[in-house]
Order: sequence, then structure tokens, then C-alpha cells
Amino acid sequence: MPTVDLIVNGREVNVSADADTPLLDILRNHLGLFGTKFGCGLEQCGCCMVLVDGRPEKSCGKPLSTLVGKQILTIEGLGTPERPHRLQQAFLDEQAGQCGYCLSGILISAKALLDRNPAPSRREIAEALDDNICRCGSHNRILRAVARAAEHMREEGGAR
Amino acid sequence: MSAAPGLPPLLAANPRLDRWVGFGEPGRVTVSTGRVEIGQGVLTAMRQIAAEELGVRLERILLRSGDTDLTPNEGYTAGSQSIQFGGVALRLACAEVRGALLDHAAAAFSYSRTDLAVEDGAITHRGEPTGHDYWSLAAAVDLTRPARGAAPTETSEPRRIVGTNAPRVDLAAKVFGEPIFLHDMVLDGMLHARVVRQPRRGATLKAVDEAALRRTAKGPIEIIRNGNFLAITGPDETVVEAAAAVAPSHIAWDGLDPINPFQEEARWLLQQPSINRVVDAPPSPTPTPATNRYEATYTRMHIAHASVAPSCGVALYRDGRLEVWTHSQGVFPLRDALARTLKLDPAMISVRHVQGPGCYGHNGADDAATDAAVIALQMPGKPVRVRWRREEEFGFEPVSPAMVVTARATLDEVGRPADWTTEIWSGRHSSRPGGGGNLLAAEALPDPPPAPPATESPNPPGAGTRNGEPLYGFPAKRIVHHLIPETPVRTSSLRGLGATLNVFAIESAMDELAERAGEDPVAYRLSVLPEARARAVVEYVARISGWQPALPSGTGQGRGIGFARYKNMAAYAAIVAEVEVEDQVRVIRVWCACDAGLVINPDGAVNQLEGGIIQAASWALKEGVRLDTAGISSRDWEGYPVLRFTEVPEVTVELVGAAADLPSLGVGEAAGGPTVAAIGNAVAHALGARLRDLPLTRERVMAALLKS
Ligand code: FES
Ligand code: FES
Repeated sequence: MPTVDLIVNGREVNVSADADTPLLDILRNHLGLFGTKFGCGLEQCGCCMVLVDGRPEKSCGKPLSTLVGKQILTIEGLGTPERPHRLQQAFLDEQAGQCGYCLSGILISAKALLDRNPAPSRREIAEALDDNICRCGSHNRILRAVARAAEHMREEGGAR
Repeated sequence: MSAAPGLPPLLAANPRLDRWVGFGEPGRVTVSTGRVEIGQGVLTAMRQIAAEELGVRLERILLRSGDTDLTPNEGYTAGSQSIQFGGVALRLACAEVRGALLDHAAAAFSYSRTDLAVEDGAITHRGEPTGHDYWSLAAAVDLTRPARGAAPTETSEPRRIVGTNAPRVDLAAKVFGEPIFLHDMVLDGMLHARVVRQPRRGATLKAVDEAALRRTAKGPIEIIRNGNFLAITGPDETVVEAAAAVAPSHIAWDGLDPINPFQEEARWLLQQPSINRVVDAPPSPTPTPATNRYEATYTRMHIAHASVAPSCGVALYRDGRLEVWTHSQGVFPLRDALARTLKLDPAMISVRHVQGPGCYGHNGADDAATDAAVIALQMPGKPVRVRWRREEEFGFEPVSPAMVVTARATLDEVGRPADWTTEIWSGRHSSRPGGGGNLLAAEALPDPPPAPPATESPNPPGAGTRNGEPLYGFPAKRIVHHLIPETPVRTSSLRGLGATLNVFAIESAMDELAERAGEDPVAYRLSVLPEARARAVVEYVARISGWQPALPSGTGQGRGIGFARYKNMAAYAAIVAEVEVEDQVRVIRVWCACDAGLVINPDGAVNQLEGGIIQAASWALKEGVRLDTAGISSRDWEGYPVLRFTEVPEVTVELVGAAADLPSLGVGEAAGGPTVAAIGNAVAHALGARLRDLPLTRERVMAALLKS
């Protein structure tokens, strides 16, 4: 079984798994990172979103073989209860979520957006999240939370 | 143990006080609820109720929920009843425990009982500390006794916690990606499993090429078979998933009778054998001239719960005991259904709730748990995790039945209904496992328990007939109900049940009647709406939405109103929707005014209403289960699209009369029917032509435009 080196949340890891194993399975079942969720396995819902070299990607559709040496960021690498990312804090402040199953993928898509556009409009936020399904209907709170995080990050001069 | 008379039903059914409240851990209060978190924030609200009534800070409450070994049996978490019924029972239990501890303190230390109070769990005497608290006293008080229902609740004092926006207790874990969902659960030595489903109900296994299945698998798998139930298990989820994906090509089935795909549209119901009944006023014999009559028919396709992730179940069978972890809405009914299906003693089964993706009704959760249990019984000592595939959830979960509703009225001389009939055709809206069966895997087992007969709960609340009776003050009202027991696909409860289409039909009719009378839809409704609380939400939503009478129709821009009191006994909700229609409908804004009586957590209630509105907008614009001869064919998010971020309206929700000291009324499902109705009315206003069939798709808009 081939072994592959990846960088996950800033840490070098070495996984040995079949070359077509989806990144989602690597994260959850090989590395014990359960924050990234399975929603469809069909690249349609965004529950499994991670950043690969800074780009939002659906990890259910990324085979291990395509990830050699890549930098991967998951929800666990975004922030912690002690050091929350601005986005996470804003989601708590806006109480943005109901079941919350969609949130880790949405936070990752939002992070990718704010990295390239620090002052997005409501429309731009919605477009950036359009690959993420939220069935509970928390959309408006989520849109507000992302706008609030962006505002805070601008005030802080884009720190973190 | 017998319960005192006059207790609320859930307390009477679970009278032991220690089933609700305990002081086992120093400084903490263990509170139990049979209700479960399905994304609606119930854990937070229950903590607020308990903290308020016991006189302790929120942080002291340790909440247990949905565990057949530990918590009260409250049936299902459904029907927007958790606060209205479960909250009331919990509150009384807490009041009684508080009273019992204070009685004991008074007796043991010779205080006057009326001078005692509780401050964050400490007992005070005329405001001074006594040195006693719940934890020092609890051992001397018998909480195993049944509730008597005599203790007064804390309504007189100003509320500290109930009515505040306590943040959701479970949200932080979710934004930090902590493993709190059932899908994230790992047990030592756990096996992953996938079920190879019978392609149709009643299909029988003809042949399984086990050798080929194993050959194609990229690691060790086991093949489990029990009658027509077939599953693949193994330690590596990736391997099991891949094997399950190719399995159908190595399996042959008999009994694959095609279904009629025409049944995806609801009108086929009109030709089906049905169980008929009339609710309320007898049919009116007086024939009336056609000029005084209104009649129109509205339809809806089957709707999927379409939870954001497919269902999951975990089970372990060890030493004759079965443990099951599930995100089902009812751990006790599931335990009983499992006992019947698996022929086990219910006392030997423990079912525990763990959170899952939002469910909105009876989705695949109970079935996935049953799958895990069936497999676990064949693999004693090994924990088994079944996670359905996306295609499986869409293809095999019970869906909300297609419906047809005819609204019929005879009008008086000023254009108001003198006699009203709502005639309803629908499959079953409630076939949860607690009713005696309906576990998918059971149908595949060699000797399944008999299917329960089709029944319909009486009004209110009703199921298919829910909200079939308008709240308007018409002199004679009736529901004619045709329950169609045989449907092409499995059907069961989804948020709102029959209320969605019934309210759509009634409120569409109200708009048409207003137009016929030459009156504004808001003013027309108010003229026949006797209840003050109902009038208040209609007036309120008209005000906040800037409602103006007599805006021209057919301009491509429209606005519409919808109103209902959910089940005619829960929260009142009035909605105004604003839409734009070119070739398709866009919902731009929605306003909601809701009266839910005493609201435990206003932000939580608003969150629920917002979610209900967006989901209802999605039903109205997009949703309908597709069928082909093999069954449900809409098995992914392309086949079953839902509203996405760029399509959602801005939503304003206001709670009206929330401070009033009126009983709490459930809100989770209150907005659905009125939202669909308001959108329908707004679309009719924008087009100058009415669409009566849901969803309001591009094709239907185009057809209406061509006709007009
Ligand atoms: S799980 Fe990857 S997009 Fe749905
Ligand atoms: S909060 Fe439940 S799917 Fe988004």
C-alpha cells in the first residue's frame, strides 16, 4: 500500500492507504479528524469542504494520489475554543446554525472567500457558499456571520 | 407506581421525580428529558426551563436526553410539541423537586417554610444563607416517589432565564468541528457496514455472487445475509463503501414489479381506493347557483426530508443485550419496534440518542439504526456502524405523501363563505415505527411482524387533515378526507404534515375570494377572522412588510400573504412574501409575525421560524420527488434540488405577544404552510394568473404565461 506525505493543519503526516482513497476518508478514518463531514460523496453538498493549498475543495472527490505534498486545512485547523478564528466567533455571535452539520464545510468555504476578498457583499458571500447546502435554512444567519467576521478582520488589519 | 390525577400526560406517564431531576454530582443538577436535539435547540430550552424552576444558574444543569435507560419516555420529538408538552412536564417535575427539598429543610431545621427560598441551589432564610443547599439535603429526600403535581411553579416571580436568549449549548462544538454527531462515533473494534437494499419492496434475493464481490473488494469484507437482507461489513469504511457501490451488479433479485412513474404527480390519488370520512359539519344539501360558488383544486408532489447527510446507526450486541445509538426522533418507540422486529425482550435493548443532521420528520434514522441492529445480532461482540449512502437516503427514506386538496365554498351575499369544505386526498402522513412496524429492514427479514393498518389521527392535530379546517369564522365548515392506504413509495411524517398543502389551498382560495369581492386580501381575511391573537399577527405582518392594498397585478413583481394557526392549536403565524417572476420565481423577501405565547428562548424560536420559512420556500419553488419504474429516481442533489445560498430570500421574523404570560406554543412547523401560501399568492399577484400545483417551477410558470 503506497504511503503519501501530506501537510494537514500545518503538521506533516504520513498516511498509507490505497491511492484512490478519498481525502475525506483519510481525514476521518486515518487521521481521526471528524470535523470534516460526509454529506453525499458526490461533490454536490459541500459538507466535506477543506482547503487544499488554499483553495476550497470537496474532499470526498479528492483521491489521495492527487495530494502528495499538499497543504490541507480542515475545520480543526481553523481555530479552537481557546483561539477561535474570527469566522467561528462570528458564527457563535450570530447563533448561525441549527443542526450544525453543514457548518464546518461552510466555515471553510467562507475562509477561502475572505482570504481572497476581505470585503465581500452579501451577494458575493452567497455566491461563495453556493456549493454548500444547508437544509435547516440557517442561510441568513450564516450570511450575516460571514459579513461580521469580515468586518472584524478588516478592523484588525486582516490579522489571522 | 401510580400517578396523581391531573398531572400533565408526560409526567403522569413518567411519575418518578428522579427520572427528571437528580443531584448526584456536587454542584450540578442532572436533568433528563425524553426530547432529543434535532437541530431545533431543544436542549438549550429545556436547560432554561429547569434552571428557572429549580433556581440555579444555567451552567449547573447537566442535561441528559433521549436514553431508554435514563430519561423519561416522551415518545417522539415531533409536531412542535417539545416545549408545549415536554417542557411543561419538566417544569412541574422541577417545581416539585424544589418544593420537596424546601419542605425538608423547613422540617429538619425548624424554619418557617414561607421564609425559605433558593439562590443558585443554596437555601436562604429571609434572604440570609442557611448553610444548606440542594446537594447537602438531597440524600435525605426521597425523589423516587411519584410526582403529586401539587407544587406551585415559579410564575409569580420575575423570570431570570426563561425568555432570555441563552446561546445554543451545542453550537460551539459544531463550529469547532468536534466529533459530536453519531456519524463521528467510534467504538473499539467497530466494523463499518453498508446494506445492499432490496431494489423494490417485496423483492427477493435470487443469487449473490459472493466470490465476485470479494474479488473486487480492495480489502477484507464479510457478507451478511438474513432472508432478503444483505449487507457488507469490514474494518475499512473505504473498502466497504466501494464494495457496496459495485454490489448490485453481482446480485440478482426476483419480484421486481415496476411501479407507475405517472404517480409522481398527485392527481393519480383521485382514482385510488380510499378510506373516507367527514369531519365536522354534515355536507350541505342546498344546491346553490354557480355564481355563489368557489371551487379549486391544489396539488403537491411527494417531498423528501433531504437531510443534509444520510442516516447513520450504530449497534452492539453483547451478552444477550443490544445497545443501539441513533439520531431517531423517538428512542422509546424505536426500542419497542426493534424488540418486535428482532424478537427480543425490550428490557434487553437500550437505545440512546446521539445528534445527527437536521431531520424535519421521519427520515431514514430509524431504518439505519435497525440495519445496524440486524447486523450486530449476527456479529455478537462487534460494534457495527451503518452509514447510509446519499442515494440510499433519497431512494429509501419515507417521503411526505403527494396530496390533492379541493377548496369549496358557498358564498353569502357579501362574498364571504357561508359553507366551507376542504376535501383532501392523501397517503399516510404518519407511519413511524412506534405504530407497530415500518422499519425498512424488517420487510427483508424472513418473518417480519405484520404491517400496521393505515390510520389517521383525529383533528386536531390531524395528520393529512392537519389545518384542513380554516380558522376563519365561516358558519359551516367540514373536512372530507380520503386516506389512500396504498402508495407507490413509503410515506411518513415531514414537518407540517398535511398542513402545508391544506394551508396553501385555503389561503389561495381566500385570495381569490377577496379578489372576487373586490377587496384587499388582508382586509378580507380580517373581516372573517374572529380570534384576537390571529388578527394581531395578520395586522402585524401587514404593518412590518409595508403592505399596501390595490397594487396592480401581472407586473412580474408580486406580494402575497398567508396565515394559519398551526394545527389550530399551536403558534399563530402570518407571512408576507415578495417575489419576482420572469421565467422563474425568485422569492426576494419574507416577513413573519408569530405569536407563540410564552417563548422560552426568543432567538431560538426566531431561528426555528427562519429555518422553517427557508425550507418552505424551497418546497414551494423546487421540491418534488421524481419516480421511474424502479421507484424514486431523484437520488442526488441534482435530481432533488433545494434552495441554495444565492436563492434564499431575506427573512424578517418578529415575535408578537411573546411577553404575554400565555402557555408556550410550538413554533418549529408554524411557518411552513403560511410561507408556501404567501409565495403562491405573491406569484399569482406577479403573474396575474394562479398556479395551483406545487412546486412552482419554471415549466409551470412558462405554461401559465403562455395561457394568459
Ligand atoms: S460529501 Fe463531499 S460534496 Fe457532499
Ligand atoms: S444547520 Fe442544519 S444543515 Fe445547516
